[in-house]
Amino acid sequence: MQAWFRSFFAAIGLMVTAQGTWAHAFLDHAEPRVGSEVHGSPPAVNIWFTEKLEGALCKLQVFDESGKEIDKRDQAVDSGNGALLRVSLPPLKPGKYKVVWRAVSVDTHVTNGDFRFEVLP
Amino acid sequence: MPRFSSSILATFVNKKTSYHLWLAAVACQLCSFAAPLSASAHGFAGDRFFPATITTDDPFAASEMSLPTVTAIRTPGPPPVKDVDVSADLSVLILPNTALTLSDGYQIQKTVDQRALTGFDNAALNLLYEFYENDKHEAITSVGFTWEIGGTGRQSVGADSFSRFTPISYFGKGFGDLPDQLWLLRPFAVTGELGLTIPSRADNRSLSLNPVTGQKEVTVSPNPDNLEWGFALEYSLIYLQEHVKDIGLKAPFNRLIPLVEFSMQSPVNRGGGVTTGTINPGIIWSGQYFQFGIEALIPVNSHTGHNVGVVAQMHFYLDDIFPRLFRKPLFGG
Repeated sequence: MQAWFRSFFAAIGLMVTAQGTWAHAFLDHAEPRVGSEVHGSPPAVNIWFTEKLEGALCKLQVFDESGKEIDKRDQAVDSGNGALLRVSLPPLKPGKYKVVWRAVSVDTHVTNGDFRFEVLP
Repeated sequence: MPRFSSSILATFVNKKTSYHLWLAAVACQLCSFAAPLSASAHGFAGDRFFPATITTDDPFAASEMSLPTVTAIRTPGPPPVKDVDVSADLSVLILPNTALTLSDGYQIQKTVDQRALTGFDNAALNLLYEFYENDKHEAITSVGFTWEIGGTGRQSVGADSFSRFTPISYFGKGFGDLPDQLWLLRPFAVTGELGLTIPSRADNRSLSLNPVTGQKEVTVSPNPDNLEWGFALEYSLIYLQEHVKDIGLKAPFNRLIPLVEFSMQSPVNRGGGVTTGTINPGIIWSGQYFQFGIEALIPVNSHTGHNVGVVAQMHFYLDDIFPRLFRKPLFGG
C-alpha cells in the first residue's frame, strides 16, 4: 500500500511538473485596503493578486455612491509585477466608494469581486 | 462534490496499479498538449468560493479528488467498536455542469480483545447536475443520483449485498448580498443536501434454530428508506479578507474557513427508528490547488453514539492542478 501511495503522488508530481500548474487569481491585498477608511484622496487603486494576470481581459473600476464610474479608465497590469492591477483616480471627495474587479489569470481562470473603501475628510 | 464513506481508488489497488498510474501520467501528459483551455471554475458562484465540504455534499460539478478521507469514531455496542474508515473519491466533469463521482473506502473495525475486521465498503457512483446558478446572489442548485453498488464490499464490515439508490438535491447560498450594515455577516454561506435513500431489498431474512423448540425460525430485519439530509454553515475568512474588510490576516489564517456540518439520517418507514447523525465543527484551509479539512464528529443523540470522533481530509482541485486535462468536460465542452 505504501508503494502504491508513493507511486500515486509521484505520478501527480510528474504531471504537475511537466504541464505546469495555474489557478484562479485571488485578491491578495489592495491599496486602499478592502473595507478601509482612508484620510485624503488616494491617487490610485492597486490590487495585488495571487497569480499573474492577462491584462487585456482584466477589469478594474471605481464607482461613487451614486453608481457613477469615477476612475480615470486607465487600468493596467503593472509592467514590473504581472500580478498587480491598478487604475488611477481623480481627487476624491469624502464619501464611500466601490471597487469592482475582474481578474483573468494567464491560464484564463476568471475571478470576480468587489469591495468598498471610504474617504474621510 | 458528493462524497461517501467509501472510495473508488482503494478498490483498484493491486500489483499493477503503480504501473497503470505511470501509464496514466504519460497519457495525461500527451492529452495536455492537445486539449485547449476553457474558463470554468470549481466551487464558485459569483464572488463566492465554496470549499468542498467533508461530511455533507456540496452542489458543485467539478473535477476533484478527495484522497484520503480518514474517519475515526467509536460506535456504540455491545461491544463498542472502534471504527476507522480510509476512503477516497474521484469526480470528473463529464458533460457541461455534470460530474460523475466514483468512491470507495476501506474499513478497519476493532473490538476489544478481538482481531480487527478489515475490508472494503461498497463502491458508489454519483451523477450530479448543476441546473441553476445566480452569481449576483451567490446561489447554486443541483440534483443528483447516487448508486451504492451492493455486493462490492465486504459483508463482515457492514457492506450490504444489496444496492441503495438515492435521488438527491443540493443547494448553496452565500450571504455576500446582505446590506452594508450587516457587513460582518457577509462572509457566511450555507450548503446543503436532501435525498431519499431507497434500498433495493426491503428486508433481510435469516434462518436460525430456536434452542428451546428446536424449530427453524426466520428472522426479518427491515431495511428502511432513509431521508438523508444535512447542511454546512461556513464563515469564510477568505471572503472577509477579499470582499468585505481586510483585517490584516496573514497566511495561513487568511485562507481558513471555519464551519459546522450537520449530517443526518432519518428513517421514514419499516420501523426504522429515530433520526441519527453527527454535528461536525471544524475548519478547512483552502489553497490554490488543494484544501485540507478536519472536523470533530459529535453524535446528536445516544442512538448515534456517545463518543466524539474525528474526520480529516485532503482534497485536490484537479481542474487547477491539471487544467488542460480537467477544466473542460470530457464530452460537449
